[in-house]
Amino acid sequence: MSEPKWLVDFQILRQHPGDKPHFKIYPLEVDPEENVLDAIERIWAKKDRTLTFRHACHHSTCGVCGMRVNGVEKLTCITAIKSVTKNGGIVRVEPLRNFTVLSDLVVDMGPFFRHMGETRFNSVAPVGYASLPFEPDPTNSIPLERLVDCIECGLCISACPAATTNAEYSGPAALAAIQLMLTQNFSPDLMALADHDNGAWRCHSAFECSEVCPSNVDPAWRIMNLRRRVVAHRFKSLFKFPKQEKQHA
Amino acid sequence: MHNTPQSNKWPLWFDPRHRKMGSWAFILNRITAIGLTVYLCMHLIVLSKLAMGPEAYDSFIALAKKPAVIIGEMFVIAGAIIHGLNGIRITITSFGFGVRYQKPIFIGLMVIAGAAIFLFGYKIFSEL
Repeated sequence: MSEPKWLVDFQILRQHPGDKPHFKIYPLEVDPEENVLDAIERIWAKKDRTLTFRHACHHSTCGVCGMRVNGVEKLTCITAIKSVTKNGGIVRVEPLRNFTVLSDLVVDMGPFFRHMGETRFNSVAPVGYASLPFEPDPTNSIPLERLVDCIECGLCISACPAATTNAEYSGPAALAAIQLMLTQNFSPDLMALADHDNGAWRCHSAFECSEVCPSNVDPAWRIMNLRRRVVAHRFKSLFKFPKQEKQHA
Repeated sequence: MHNTPQSNKWPLWFDPRHRKMGSWAFILNRITAIGLTVYLCMHLIVLSKLAMGPEAYDSFIALAKKPAVIIGEMFVIAGAIIHGLNGIRITITSFGFGVRYQKPIFIGLMVIAGAAIFLFGYKIFSEL
């Protein structure tokens, strides 16, 4: 026997350029096992065709459906309605913070992808590098490669308090990408990106990025590891002396 | 649009809604830092009374013995303990140590802070 339907009020933040943001309420009968994105799609299909939002894979791979659900950053395609509300309750849906809103729940990911691009992030890496060091290695040292965890959803940027006040901050995802790339190969320009006031030093240790990351990247751990690398690099550079050029007669 | 990053959005740093323990520690560190900075300014102003002669300084000392001021001093002690211990946690994790245990470290340090604040309070108020 299937679970009885719930009646839930979806409060969705609506905004278009030039308009004042406002919440619009959509009462909806839902299956509590459904995901929030399923309900938003049904609202669009049956109640309001002007609602704009992003969606694609529906299985937490593409990373485009990130939104704030009842104030917390979630991938809406894998967030069950029953995990965020109750029968007769409210689901408040807002766009990600710290991004420019283009329309309703759609934000401009351009600056985020530019920061990611600067890291020359490679989405495939040897298992030993792509996994966190405290995770078990399933390969028994067989040299395999895998897709890295980051799906570039931007939830970490939305949750980060440092990103709230500084648009130039590289952000947790880009810094985690730099850490991953530096782990594989040292690159002076990536080190310079990390050792910058809008790089690893802008992080204020709130650890919210790791709390909301849906993909086990643990950006906070990677940023702190990156800081250790930056400090070690600076320390080593103290003992490097410029090579003297030979004087020619 | 309204949620673009902007420098004037710093009040959002103090919004604990929907956030986890790391953010609470972040907020606590900022509140205590502001409190300690204000106290330092007041402290320097009071010290400047030394240059105004013994009467001005004595009148301040009489004020400083009032219970309301002592309660204020208690807040300063609490702020310094919380800020200092939380700073140790941030320093440790910033060097990449114990990052995965930042929550238990925070809880442990705040338990120590609570005990220290209680001891200081007991000592100060029992001598009133």
